[in-house]
Amino acid sequence: MAELTYRDAVARGIAQEMARDPDVIFFGEDVAKPGGVFKATVGLYEQFGPKRVRDTPISEQAIMGAAMGAAMTGLKPIAEIMFSDFFAVCFDYIANEFPKTRYMSNGQLKCPLVVRTGNGAGSRFGAQHSQSVENWCMMIPGLKVVAPSNPRDVIGLMAAAVRDPDPVIFFEHKSLYPIKGEVPDGEIVDSLGTAAIARPGKDATILALALMVPRALAAAERLKTEHEIDCEVIDVRSLVPLDTQTILGSVGRTHRVFTVEENPRLCGWGAEIVSIIADEAFYDLDGPPVRITTPHIPLPAADILEDAILPTVDRIAETVRRSLQS
Amino acid sequence: MAKKSARASTPRVNDDIGEELRLKMYRMQLEIREAEQRAYDLFLQNLVKGTSHLSIGQEAVAVGFAAAMRPGDLSFCTYRGHAHTLARGVPVEKVLGELMQRDNGLMRGKGGSMHLTSAKHGVMGSYAIIGAHLPIACGAALRAQYKGHNDVSVCFFGDGTTNIGAFHEALNFAVVWKLPVVFVCENNLYMEYTPIGDVTAVEHPAADRAGAYGLDRIIIDGNDADIVYRTAKAAYERARGGRGPSLIECMTYRHSGHSRADPAKYRPEGELDRWKQHDPIKLYRERLKQFGVAEEAITKIETETMRMIDAATAACKAAPPPSMDILTTDVYADGGFAWRN
Repeated sequence: MAELTYRDAVARGIAQEMARDPDVIFFGEDVAKPGGVFKATVGLYEQFGPKRVRDTPISEQAIMGAAMGAAMTGLKPIAEIMFSDFFAVCFDYIANEFPKTRYMSNGQLKCPLVVRTGNGAGSRFGAQHSQSVENWCMMIPGLKVVAPSNPRDVIGLMAAAVRDPDPVIFFEHKSLYPIKGEVPDGEIVDSLGTAAIARPGKDATILALALMVPRALAAAERLKTEHEIDCEVIDVRSLVPLDTQTILGSVGRTHRVFTVEENPRLCGWGAEIVSIIADEAFYDLDGPPVRITTPHIPLPAADILEDAILPTVDRIAETVRRSLQS
Repeated sequence: MAKKSARASTPRVNDDIGEELRLKMYRMQLEIREAEQRAYDLFLQNLVKGTSHLSIGQEAVAVGFAAAMRPGDLSFCTYRGHAHTLARGVPVEKVLGELMQRDNGLMRGKGGSMHLTSAKHGVMGSYAIIGAHLPIACGAALRAQYKGHNDVSVCFFGDGTTNIGAFHEALNFAVVWKLPVVFVCENNLYMEYTPIGDVTAVEHPAADRAGAYGLDRIIIDGNDADIVYRTAKAAYERARGGRGPSLIECMTYRHSGHSRADPAKYRPEGELDRWKQHDPIKLYRERLKQFGVAEEAITKIETETMRMIDAATAACKAAPPPSMDILTTDVYADGGFAWRN
C-alpha cells in the first residue's frame, strides 16, 4: 500500500497496461516528452520509448481517427484529448465513428480504444476549458463512459478500459489530479459498469461522480455530525454501463435520492438515473428525487463566480437537510 | 496518356501489365458499371431504397488501385463506395443485397449503401461523414508500421473532401509519422452539386495542396486503368518501403448526379458528352483490342458479366428482408446492446 496522487495514478495505470500488453500504444498532444500538460503521463515516454508513446500535432480529428484505425486493425490505443471541451472539434469520431462501426458492419469491425481526457471545473479556465461533458458521451449508443474519483479507481478503471473490447471514454477530473489516496501494490484491475458505495447510510442516497464524490462524502459527514442524518454516498463511477442494481438497491433501503452533478442541468446524467428510479422504484420513495447540479449556464472564469455555481459541500448538505426535514 | 494509334492488325507487344491482368481489369470495370446500372434500375423499381451514390464513369480509379493491391492491403472508402468494394472482390450479390436492404446483404441491412464493409476482403468500411476516414486510414497504417506488417492502407475520397479539416490533419499526420498510407482523390469536378473550382482556392484541390505537406504533386488520368494501376503500384511500393504516404489526384467524371436525388442539371452543355468520349470502359475495350485481344474474348466477358449480375439480382429479389433478431445485436462487443445491469 502506498499513497499516490490521482495524477500519478494515471501514469501508473497506463504503465501497468503497457507493460502487460505490447499492443497498447499511447498518443496525444504534449503527452510524451513533456509528460502531459497536467503532468499526468510523466515517465511513460522514458519507460516505453518513442514508438509506443508519441506526441501528436494539435489535430484532434487525426488523433481520434488514428486511434480508431489502429484499434480496428489490432492495436489497443490510448489517445488523449487534452481538455474534454475539445471533444466538440472531434465529435464525429465520438458520436458517429467509434460507437457505430461495429453495428453498421454487422459485427465485422471492432473499436477497442480508450480516450482519456481532462474534464471538469476548478481551474478557473472559463467556459471552454472547464466543462463536465460526460453527459455528451453518455447519450451515444455504443460507447462506454467512466469517471473515476480517486487514485485507486483511476488505475483499476484504466486497466478495465484498456482491456475492454469496446470504445471507452475515460474522464479524469482536472481538480482531482493533486489529491492523494491509498493504492495497493501490484496489479490493479477493476470492472466497468460498477458503482461503489463510498459511504454506507440509511436515511438518503446521494449519487455523485468524480469531483462531486469527495464533496458528497464531506456533506454526508456534516449531515451526520450536525443533523443526525445518515446518508449513503454512491460513487457512480461508470455511466455506461450503468450499475442500476447498486443504485436501486440503495434507494430501496434509504427511500430518498439526491444526485450531485457537475454537468449543466439539462440532460445531465442524473436526469436519466432519476427517470430510471421513477420507473422502477417509485414506490420505494418517501419524497421526490432531487438533482443538485450546476445551473444551466456557461462556466465563468473568475474563482468567486465558478465556486458559486458548482455544487459545494454547503449546498449539498443544505439541500439534503431541507428536503429531509421539510 | 497511352498511345492510341495502334491498329488491330498490328497488336502492341505485351508490357508490364500483361493480358491476364488487363482482362481482369476490364471485367471488373464492367462488373462495377453494370452492377451500378442495375442498382439504378432497381431504384426506379423501388427495390433499392434509401440513398445511393453511383461511380458510373469513375470505375477505372477503383479498379486500378485495387488491382495493384495485395491481399491484406486495406481499403477505406466513402459513401460512393460500391465500386471500391466490388473491386476488392466482394460479390455483386452481397452489395446489391445491402442496397436492396435484404438479409443477404453485406451487413444484412444494418449499414446500407453508404457503409459497405467486408473486412475479409480488406474493405475496412465506407465512411459517409466527409473526411472521417483519412485519419482512420492513418491509424491502420500506424498499426502496420508499429507491428512491422507490410500492408498498405488506401484511402479513397472525392474532391469535396479536400476542403474539410480532417483531410489536412490526416496529411500532416501521415507525413510526420511517415505512415504507409495512400490517399486517393477522385476529382470528378463536382463536390456535390457545386463545381469544385467554385469553392476551392487552387485549381487541383488535392495535388495543389500536396506541396504544403512535402508531398509530390501527382495528377493522373483517372479514366485510364493502366495509368491508375501503374501509379498505384509505385505509391504502394513507396509505402511498403518505409518512404511514407502519397497523395494522388485522379481526374475523372461521374456520369450521373451526386446521389439518386440529383439529376445533375447544373452541368454545362456538352460536358457529359465530352467525358463519355473518354469513358474508362470504352477506352479500355479499345486498349484490349490494341493489344490483340479477340473481339470474341471481350464479348464473352461481357456476356458472363451480365449473366452474373442477372443471377445476383434474382438472388437478391428472392432474399428475405433482414430478420428482426439482428436489430439490437453488435452494438457492443458482447454481441448485444446492454447499457445497464
